[in-house]
Amino acid sequence: MIAEIGHYALVLALLVGCAQALLPMIGAARDEAGLMAVGDTAAIGQFALVAVSFAALTWAYVTSDFSVANVVANSHSAKPMLYKVTGVWGNHEGSMLLWVLILAFFGALVAAFGRNLPPSLKARVLSVQGMIGIGFLLFILFTSNPFERVFPPPLDGNDLNPLLQDPGLAFHPPFLYLGYVGFSVAFSFAVAALIEGRVDPAWARWVRPWTLAAWTALTLGIAMGSWWAYYELGWGGWWFWDPVENASFLPWLAGTALLHSAIVVEKRDALKSWTVLLAILTFGLSLMGTFLVRSGILTSVHAFAVDPERGTFVLVLLAIAVGGSLLLYALRAPSLQQGGLFQPVSREGALVLNNLLLATATATVLLGTLYPLLLDAMTGERVSVGPPFFNATFIPLMTPLVLLMAIGPMMAWKRADLAGVLGRLWLGIGVTVAAALGTFFFATKAPVLSAFGIGLGAWLMMGVLVDWAERARLFRVPLGDALRRARGLPRAAYGMWIAHAGLAIVIFGMTGDILWKQEVVVAARPGQQIAIAGYDIRFEGVVQVDGKNYQAERAHFLVRRNGDYVADLYPERRFYPVQRMTTTEAAIRSTGLADLYAVIGEATGEGVHTVRLYHNPLVPWLWFGALVMTAGGLVSLFDRRLRVGAPMRKARQPDALPAAAE
Amino acid sequence: MTRRLVYLLPLVLFLGVVAYFAVGLTRDPQKLPSTMIDRPAPEFALPPLLDSVPGLATADLKGQVALVNVFASWCAPCRVEHPILTGLARDGVTIFGINQKDKPEPAKRFLANLGNPYTRVGVDADGRASIDWGVYGVPETYVIDREGHVRYRHVGALTARDVSEKIRPMLRELSR
Repeated sequence: MIAEIGHYALVLALLVGCAQALLPMIGAARDEAGLMAVGDTAAIGQFALVAVSFAALTWAYVTSDFSVANVVANSHSAKPMLYKVTGVWGNHEGSMLLWVLILAFFGALVAAFGRNLPPSLKARVLSVQGMIGIGFLLFILFTSNPFERVFPPPLDGNDLNPLLQDPGLAFHPPFLYLGYVGFSVAFSFAVAALIEGRVDPAWARWVRPWTLAAWTALTLGIAMGSWWAYYELGWGGWWFWDPVENASFLPWLAGTALLHSAIVVEKRDALKSWTVLLAILTFGLSLMGTFLVRSGILTSVHAFAVDPERGTFVLVLLAIAVGGSLLLYALRAPSLQQGGLFQPVSREGALVLNNLLLATATATVLLGTLYPLLLDAMTGERVSVGPPFFNATFIPLMTPLVLLMAIGPMMAWKRADLAGVLGRLWLGIGVTVAAALGTFFFATKAPVLSAFGIGLGAWLMMGVLVDWAERARLFRVPLGDALRRARGLPRAAYGMWIAHAGLAIVIFGMTGDILWKQEVVVAARPGQQIAIAGYDIRFEGVVQVDGKNYQAERAHFLVRRNGDYVADLYPERRFYPVQRMTTTEAAIRSTGLADLYAVIGEATGEGVHTVRLYHNPLVPWLWFGALVMTAGGLVSLFDRRLRVGAPMRKARQPDALPAAAE
Repeated sequence: MTRRLVYLLPLVLFLGVVAYFAVGLTRDPQKLPSTMIDRPAPEFALPPLLDSVPGLATADLKGQVALVNVFASWCAPCRVEHPILTGLARDGVTIFGINQKDKPEPAKRFLANLGNPYTRVGVDADGRASIDWGVYGVPETYVIDREGHVRYRHVGALTARDVSEKIRPMLRELSR
């Protein structure tokens, strides 16, 4: 009964979606306020209906209703409650429902918080959101109905893939989808602007918070996924350039570019058609990611159900949504008014270069992801493009970007004085050189690369600090005045500094992981001492333990340093009988500066186990840095001008501070 | 006019990508044509990877129903399917491994940590033997009958469903 309610609510949501797509668009064309207002009601109604549907599926999982096929395929009565709930989106059908739920959620947010949007723009935005909703609701109802029943119901379910039974991965998809789907709002705004034929600073100011929210969620989502890979796949790696990882990384790269180009539209009324194009492409890449993951066109660790029918459906959706909007773009963009002019050496110029580099990086990752497919289509040969390709192409593209990141924010709009900026960065240059030289002489291996990585991180970090100090006029005016000034600086600027500093921390983390990792592999018997990175680790042996839906071999390591107790480590090998799968659970002891990472292999003799120990310096900084970046996004999101709302269209007010920008 | 054409460029590029996906969709990566099906396995002899586990040659394939699994330590899907192989080995299925284009150290670690389901493991460092088998990419799994003939080929990581629906019935039938 509950499942039928969920199914029915989904059908109703589709009908409401049709009203949402049609009526406001007609209303906006005819300038009829009543029809335009339907958009708000419909968007909120659609969200309520999809929420009912999602709640119904969650209920089926929580109560282990094995008459629902989806629950049978992905759940088990003995599964811990947390994973019963997260199992709802741990499969193709349920995750699509979550996708649509978030889409409807964003539509409802636009309806609820878009009070100061011009009615026609808001109506068109909601209408486009409604169209996307229709596409995906049709997809769910026709190819991936999560409420399908089975008769007779089996006694128990097949359980969720044990690799997914993990807190890190449990909450990874919702954040990822908040990001993917959040870009749909920017997309809808872009399409609406093309229909209206107007892109102006006010438009950019409305688009920015949505893009920022999506970017923040996506950053967190990607970080969670990589954290999961680090501790669950059990070999200390955190990024594999796997097609599905790339599918989430591509919209992130394009979204980062969008975030920056929208600033130029907002502040300087330039780069308009490029920004609109980026908004379309960012969401297009999100859709393409969905297509790549669901169609089974690429084989991957994460691949969902492989089903050509679904693949065709998503491809058609992709073609209509992105193809249609790009056609609109080709027709309307040439007539967009060009705005402010600027010199190549200027804040705008730096942001253009930022966009070029990010766009090239996006294209490179896209090519690397699709190349195996292309080669197959052309020659029938199959290859897999691995980390060597990406490392060789991506790092050279990111290096100038990071160099620019320290300089760009200090440049003036319209025309900047590069020598002056570099002059103000003298301290940054000094610290960078010192950090790089220090690393060069003290690094145990690969000194040049180490110096390069640490220098790059130091440069970015110093750029942030110097820019902040300059803006607060620290050391130029009395300390009290400087602090007052610092407090008065816009939150958007703080958001930028925090996010940029976060990236610097990530760069330190990457450098540490790639260059200074230590690894010991031994076949150990109980009582054996193992030394790594100054720690003395004693292997105490292995005991059998029973989990709720698995059996595990749990090893015990006693970690000492110079004879003093440091920690106990308990890595596990879990066997999940229902799915007949073994997973490794690494034990990690983190000091914040480095991780001690222990994994236990299978028994190779009586009491003898293969043991792997890693010492990963700076690796915790990867996720700490990603969290800092997320925090930067949040801080910027609460900037006064975004909170108070955008000004009326015509009234272009001067900025509060001469150089206020992010 | 040329300015207008520039604005058409994204659409044209996108349609190219869509066409490319459409072609891609018609190719099921799981179902690859194989000239090897129902024919004797190719001639090859590969040195052992581990001291305790022998290498693999054509003659070893005869005499029992077995799986031949092509793997590498650098391949992420191999890690995912590995527990399924260890599960099969635990149930008494003979599995031969071909370690393709790998370095010995990481390959040994891979097996040491994840467990060794293989009765024999041959090192195919340059991928030459894999080419003879018609391997497109790792992982790939072949079902071999008692005469040493290739009977089935699976491309990509094995899932629990592949095993219960394809591999196990096939092994049962061939063992009869």
